[in-house]
Amino acid sequence: MATTTSTSLPTLKTIPGDEIRQLLWRFEDRYDLAMLVQSVRAVARGPVARLVASGGRLSHDWTPEKDALLPEYDAAGITAAYMSPEEGGFLEGPKNFAMALIAFELAWVDAGAATCSLAQHLALSPIHERGTPEQQQRYMSLAAPAPGRKTFRGAFCLTEPIPYVGVETGMLGGRVRVAYWPTEEEMAAGKEPILEVSKRGRFITNMGFANFVTAAVDTDDERIKTSCMVILEETDEGTYDRGTPTKKLVHQLSSTSDPVFNMKVPASRIIGGYRIEDGKVVPNHDHSSVIEAVFRRTRVGVGLMTSSKLLSAIEPLIRYHRDRFRGSGAVTPGTPRFELGLQQKQDVTHRLLEIWAAGEASASLGFTTARLFDELDPLEKTKTAILAAHGIGGGMAEFKALKKRQVEAIEFLDMQDHLESLRPKARYQALAEDVVVQYVILDATANVLCPATKLWNTGYGSHMMREAVSLMGGYGITEDCPGFLSYKWMDTQLEATYEGPEAVQRRQMSVTMTNPVFLAQFRNWIHEMRRVASHDPGTGACTLASAMKLWTWTLDHLQLAKDANGTKLYQSNRQGVTFPMADALCWLLASRAQILDVERLAAEGPKNPALEDGLDGTVQFLRDLCHMQAARAAGEVARICTELVYGYLSHPSWTEPGCGACLSQNDLVSMEALVPGASGFSDETVGEGGVHETKAGPCAVHPGLNDFAKLRAKLEACMTGFQLAKDRAGDSLTKVMIPAALDYPQ
Amino acid sequence: MPYQIIVCGGLAPDPLQTLEPVPGAASPGLKNEMMLPGVLDPWASHALYEAANLAKQHPGSTVRLVSLAPKAKLQQVLMTVAQKLPFELMALDGANNGFSDANETGKALGEAIAKLDPPMENLLVFGGWESATRGSGAVMQIVAERLGIADVFLAVDEIKVEEGGSFLVKERVEGGKHMVSRCSAPPAVLAWATGNLAEPPNHPQTGMANMRVIMPSLQKATPTAVGSGMSFASASLPKQVRETRIVKDTSAAEIAREIAEWLKQ
Ligand SMILES: Cc1cc2nc3c(=O)[nH]c(=O)nc-3n(C[C@H](O)[C@H](O)[C@H](O)COP(=O)(O)OP(=O)(O)OC[C@H]3O[C@@H](n4cnc5c(N)ncnc54)[C@H](O)[C@@H]3O)c2cc1C
Repeated sequence: MATTTSTSLPTLKTIPGDEIRQLLWRFEDRYDLAMLVQSVRAVARGPVARLVASGGRLSHDWTPEKDALLPEYDAAGITAAYMSPEEGGFLEGPKNFAMALIAFELAWVDAGAATCSLAQHLALSPIHERGTPEQQQRYMSLAAPAPGRKTFRGAFCLTEPIPYVGVETGMLGGRVRVAYWPTEEEMAAGKEPILEVSKRGRFITNMGFANFVTAAVDTDDERIKTSCMVILEETDEGTYDRGTPTKKLVHQLSSTSDPVFNMKVPASRIIGGYRIEDGKVVPNHDHSSVIEAVFRRTRVGVGLMTSSKLLSAIEPLIRYHRDRFRGSGAVTPGTPRFELGLQQKQDVTHRLLEIWAAGEASASLGFTTARLFDELDPLEKTKTAILAAHGIGGGMAEFKALKKRQVEAIEFLDMQDHLESLRPKARYQALAEDVVVQYVILDATANVLCPATKLWNTGYGSHMMREAVSLMGGYGITEDCPGFLSYKWMDTQLEATYEGPEAVQRRQMSVTMTNPVFLAQFRNWIHEMRRVASHDPGTGACTLASAMKLWTWTLDHLQLAKDANGTKLYQSNRQGVTFPMADALCWLLASRAQILDVERLAAEGPKNPALEDGLDGTVQFLRDLCHMQAARAAGEVARICTELVYGYLSHPSWTEPGCGACLSQNDLVSMEALVPGASGFSDETVGEGGVHETKAGPCAVHPGLNDFAKLRAKLEACMTGFQLAKDRAGDSLTKVMIPAALDYPQ
Repeated sequence: MPYQIIVCGGLAPDPLQTLEPVPGAASPGLKNEMMLPGVLDPWASHALYEAANLAKQHPGSTVRLVSLAPKAKLQQVLMTVAQKLPFELMALDGANNGFSDANETGKALGEAIAKLDPPMENLLVFGGWESATRGSGAVMQIVAERLGIADVFLAVDEIKVEEGGSFLVKERVEGGKHMVSRCSAPPAVLAWATGNLAEPPNHPQTGMANMRVIMPSLQKATPTAVGSGMSFASASLPKQVRETRIVKDTSAAEIAREIAEWLKQ
């Protein structure tokens, strides 16, 4: 353990800058993205920050000042970043990672600004993911800013007034009906059915200015087969009422209201198109399949908003703590009180480190997920084409076809876990090149990582944001707080809520995390962490691997085990079992992503001469944060698993039938006389008059759970050294150089 | 007439950073300088904006930035600068900061430009009248000397091209006044003060077009060691305690109002 206890290790010299972030998040070769970051940052720390500082958040209305930010987003490339070059954009290839960076940079100052930009992409996303080529061409191009015309802006309208859509997205009150069915001649001449769409929205973002809406509607008209999403334009015939602004307390730089629509549109506005079969309009995609494709991508950006805010809190907090006593005549320069201020107190540095570690872990998780979607996007398209070539065209048929390939996906993952020299080369190569197999693997991973990012980053992030506010003392809850921390804290609650609250993410994970392909992948990750630990023991990777092992053991157990009443434990309506397991998994995934990012920095950093001076200290510090976070994750996982494994067993009581076997005091004395020390092997005794010890009953003993107990004991021992890492990181925190002032107003 | 405009510009630490001199092997440096975010030297930035503006008014003109800086650091700075306006790059990869010798820096830049063998009849060499790091105000004059250009203008705020190819140059002089000179034709060296142009907004699309040309030039940066003809006895922060409030993006009117209020106190 010499490596982790030494005090002569290098310390962090400066707050990690762009070069470090690019290496951690793996975009050092993407100058298009590096530029986008700079451009978005200038808007966030310029006009957005000025508006927040001047009280722009103190109104529910969509004010001219807020509206003036939209052209700023356009000019900085934020709006066009979502489009392909043919549609008026400038980034080639998939855009998930780019979108994630935009959300991160804007939320550094104000998550409402980030939401405003995200909602535009959310509105377009149904069209982008499932629209017909004509729809894509029209709306993506209109929404790409161009000189001399107004940018077409959109809103995504799913949620409805109570009692309709909220978490339950199937409960649609909005309706689409046929308003006019063309005659046969008209049909032959290309005339389409006209639809009447009536929809009320609740909490719809961008409604203050949206020119079009992508709305989810069901149908009660027998001439329409299923629910669908439709595009409504403000100039369409009928009512396009933006509604009154929502009196929200958060994200005030985005516009939210409860709109009402009652409009007539041609059937070609059904997203993804339709067919006419047996005299019925059959939408090619129902609303659920569209929103599923949409949310799985846009949720990642929301998770990263909270991460960004956590990391943005570090510098203002260090400054506040250091400067706390400066300026008083009694505290003179050179004294520890002057130089360190509140940083003299260990709790202050340790709590700040926990915020920092959570920020790093959640950012790593979010960006890992965003990169994964960038990998997945092209595979998804090729997979669809391959399946279509075999006559499989989506829906249940596709689901079944993909399920069949799971065996090969697992075979591939098993081979991947072996040393290269031990793999059957030809077979491995064949599976590596099989797009469908690779898609099945990435898809299974994405189906877990996306909800995990949304759930953990925002949920735990919200908790840690409160810590940040508390470390600013009274200042933390004022409008003057540097870095707008209290706004950022409040805002996290919305990040945890919109695009599906935590329950939605937990529900999704509780299904996707039991996919055998994901579990095969996860088992490989355990070995991966052990390998990292073998060459870099100070990262906490071994602790994490032990926690991952405990989690898989527990999941296997819960899927088979029953509670004391004989009811199956792991089942969809038993959220008390499935949801905490999803939470536990998030901790593990975030910590793993953090460790892998820092490993990458350590490997690639030396190639950048600009980092020569401080790389060692930065890597050491970030590794210490990894170690802290891994231990924290391990603790959470241990707690959750223990609660679930033991919590559903009933505690033995003194009155149970077998309890008569308890030895009496006299029995013990006799035993002791025969074999000295033997009485020590008996746990439970009964005293005179049949009175038991004063406790709930005989202590619970579960020989069947010995494996669990061993894994847990091992895990606890694996915590060794993490507090030393924290102390060392705390030392860095007192030495790190920070800028003289924040680079945005307050 | 289309111009060939060459702009000399180095790097400076981001102005919000805490700067602390520390002794180095050959000369002092700034604490953690390489780890701190950098910017294109503000004076040189003004020169670059003016160059782009002039090039825009004279179709066919080219703008080339010549920069002596650590390559990796320069690359980061270009992520912002290159999205503001179109230009090409010639990078000289070498250490350079506020403690580097102005004479040696000027020589290195001058020689690099001379190697390009630019046609003198339409050459304008721009730069900052001083740097934010060193503030010697000598480099551009040395560059001019190396290139054999006799018309050198310092603390320039404006260039106005006249019909026939001559141009007027406004230089700052004492007492808030300007001196206006007429120069009959290029070549000339213009060392800029702030000029009159605002910082152009970021535009990633421009940046991406630029980077296609800039990245290969950056890869080919010539390693350039700048010798030092000086020795430093000591380097320290000014002893006088200043009451400094650091703010960004405050308008001139607002700053003036604050100063006036402070004077009245
Ligand atoms: C500012 C803001 C902007 C928004 N922008 C948009 C937008 O642009 N477009 C849009 O369509 N919507 C938008 N929304 C709506 C948002 O997505 C919904 O509020 C959210 O999905 C939750 O729905 P609900 O509020 O009806 O909560 P409910 O459905 O009433 O759920 C309340 C709580 O009950 C629990 N719960 C509910 N169902 C379950 C379950 N099955 N299992 C376990 N627990 C459960 C959860 O704890 C949940 O948080 C926005 C909301 C806000 C506040």
